[in-house]
Amino acid sequence: MIAFYFVALLMIASALTVILHRNPIYSALALVNTLFLIAVSFVLLDAELIAMLQVIVYAGAIVILFLFVIMLLNVEAEKHAFRLSRAGTAGLALALLLAVELGVLVVVWEPARVETPPAGFGSTELLAEHLFARSFLPFELTSVLLLVAVVGAVVMARRKA
Amino acid sequence: MGVSIEHYLILAALIFAIGCAGVLLRRNVIVILMSVELMLNAVNLTFVALARQQLSMDGQVIVFFVMTVAAAEVAVGLAIFLAIYSQRRTVNADDINLLRW
Repeated sequence: MIAFYFVALLMIASALTVILHRNPIYSALALVNTLFLIAVSFVLLDAELIAMLQVIVYAGAIVILFLFVIMLLNVEAEKHAFRLSRAGTAGLALALLLAVELGVLVVVWEPARVETPPAGFGSTELLAEHLFARSFLPFELTSVLLLVAVVGAVVMARRKA
Repeated sequence: MGVSIEHYLILAALIFAIGCAGVLLRRNVIVILMSVELMLNAVNLTFVALARQQLSMDGQVIVFFVMTVAAAEVAVGLAIFLAIYSQRRTVNADDINLLRW
């Protein structure tokens, strides 16, 4: 209980830091923090393997990629980091509306009781069984997707002006 | 367990809205991409919370696929930003109007 509220408060604070800080480096570091806290809440929800993958894939690979590109491009802190145009104000209003809307939906919705999970729920064995037995074709297609993404990224980044 | 599933869903909704605000408000395209990552992770949190409630592993399998797509998206997106930066020397979303008519 206390663990959840602790994680939730820290997660919201670091997510706000991601979008509010002027310096992209600090945004990326706050993003690591947010993603790690999401991994913690995955553990609280009995999804151990997914939590491990979250730390390895996001914190270990994706955010490193962000930091690498930020440093490569030498992006410094911006003076005018936010769009204070009409579109930006409308966007903020829409985001607030979205938060209220989702909150109302969740409060109105009445879920079934949460039962204690059977032994091994969220374990590597069970996830692997579902992944390889039931969704084998999508799993193989993701390897094609990753190959296409790698080739596309290299082609885009190497193109000379 | 301790907390009910709604708490996780409300937390995920808040994170999603924060990411949405980041996409709409920021000028730096790299920060915009980070905000998209926040939104994807909020959806992942929803999937895992509902998988826990339904006691079904399908939600966790979908999270696996979402992570794969997110990784591919970041790689291609950052490569596009590198290409744009080498041509235009900017990462400001207001200056990148190549596809705008």
